[in-house]
Amino acid sequence: MSWIVYPALVVVAAQLLLATPLQLFGLNLPEPVLPLVLAFAWPLVRPSMLAPAVLFFLGVFLYLLWGGIPGVWALGLVLVYGVVLASRTLLAGQETSILFVWYSCCVLLAFSLTYLIFSVSAGNAPSILALLGQLLPTLLLFPIANWMIERFDDGDTRFR
Amino acid sequence: MAFRDGPFENIKVPLAWTAAVVVIVALVASILLILSDHRDATRAQAEYSPVRAGFDAVLGPVSGVFAAPVRWTGALTDGVKDYFFAVSENRRLKQQLVELAPWRDQAIALKNVNARYEAMLGLRTEPPVAMVTGRSVSDARGPFVNARLIDVGSAKGVRIGNPVINEHGLVGRVIGSTGGFSRVLLVTDVASRVPVLIDRTDARAMLTGDGSGNPRLEFVRGVGAVQAGDRVLSSGDGGGFPRGVPIGVAAKGIDGSWRVKLFSDRGAIDYVRVMLFQDFGQLVNPDSLNAPPLAGLTTAPAPDAAQTAAISDASARRDAAASATAERVRAANAAPQPQPTVPAPSPATAPPPAAQPGAAE
Repeated sequence: MSWIVYPALVVVAAQLLLATPLQLFGLNLPEPVLPLVLAFAWPLVRPSMLAPAVLFFLGVFLYLLWGGIPGVWALGLVLVYGVVLASRTLLAGQETSILFVWYSCCVLLAFSLTYLIFSVSAGNAPSILALLGQLLPTLLLFPIANWMIERFDDGDTRFR
Repeated sequence: MAFRDGPFENIKVPLAWTAAVVVIVALVASILLILSDHRDATRAQAEYSPVRAGFDAVLGPVSGVFAAPVRWTGALTDGVKDYFFAVSENRRLKQQLVELAPWRDQAIALKNVNARYEAMLGLRTEPPVAMVTGRSVSDARGPFVNARLIDVGSAKGVRIGNPVINEHGLVGRVIGSTGGFSRVLLVTDVASRVPVLIDRTDARAMLTGDGSGNPRLEFVRGVGAVQAGDRVLSSGDGGGFPRGVPIGVAAKGIDGSWRVKLFSDRGAIDYVRVMLFQDFGQLVNPDSLNAPPLAGLTTAPAPDAAQTAAISDASARRDAAASATAERVRAANAAPQPQPTVPAPSPATAPPPAAQPGAAE
């Protein structure tokens, strides 16, 4: 509850706040994909049946908030969760820099999948510069994932 | 066996495995959602998903609450800026007024003349398009979706497909509408396609968004059809947009493709106007399609006093010019024809003198 539901609610609220049409000196607010932070951190905290379900609904929330193709972000988030879950034994206890590299790879995976699906669906590839405009703020959120892992990491290996 | 005993009591499954099962189920559900996407452009009537409509109806007020402090702050800064820069702004506006006054008079004169021509010829011109004004409360700015949520909806007549403009140019098109809110797909979105024309050459092209701030011009045909600085307007082809809506200025992109610098980017897209334009079938009177040609020639309304004076003045001038021309022609015809004269022979051609018989003896 404390490490799944509350962070999910915080992500929803932050995403709604970042959707405000605010322009300062000609620049808009950044629009990172906040649920990717949770998709990376949750499997490293501990495996859970609730987490991938919540990630699926967060992906549906992103579709309802932004528009586009339903299920794309849900697929990306759950896929990242699955990849990190599968490599959990490899990543557990690694240094922060190694975790950042894995986080970057997972974010690139999610964005590449989304890019591919949108390109095929629209018959038109999105601009790479615009893609970087969303990718970089998402990468800069890694410290939040690192904090969550250190805060909620369960050293108890007595899984059911 | 005790009540709580059972064959499954002692079965223990690693939590990672159960989590993996949920992951697989979620992946399958996501793929099914993707495959169920109904963004088929060939559908006869566009429909807005009821789930999305319900979400927008909830999101609108919430986003409006977040956007309110932004608006207040913007208004405050604008007020402060107007106060401190009042003198220079006043000077600039006076100069602009002096430059634009002759254009206004010319536009009024042309409008009167055009109205008379249209009435005399019985032309069916496009009726003025009704508009409703709305305000952005939320926006999506990513590379995959460029859209905005505005606070006007079907209650004010907004329908899917209505073009949206601001005071500078075309912003986008309505793709979904609820009672009080509508979703606008911007022209910079990956899925946006707008038929356009180049003002200078009347060449046709397709404005295609790609998530960046400057959409591309595709299907440009002919050499010299587009030059940097050309104005780009909506062409009206396909009936989705009215003709002549300003869009932007053509420019060459760094990748060598033609791009458009949007007029709508000249200011924040805050207040927008939704054109309640469905298609070109919106006629003032549908029966005018069946009217005979030049029907207005004998049924045009009588001109008022000023128009009568202008018409009589113009006809008097034409008559005077015609009579002067006729007088010149008559004078030219009545003048006596000059007699043709034989020219004197020249010494070189004079015949030799005849021989004298008595001179030799």
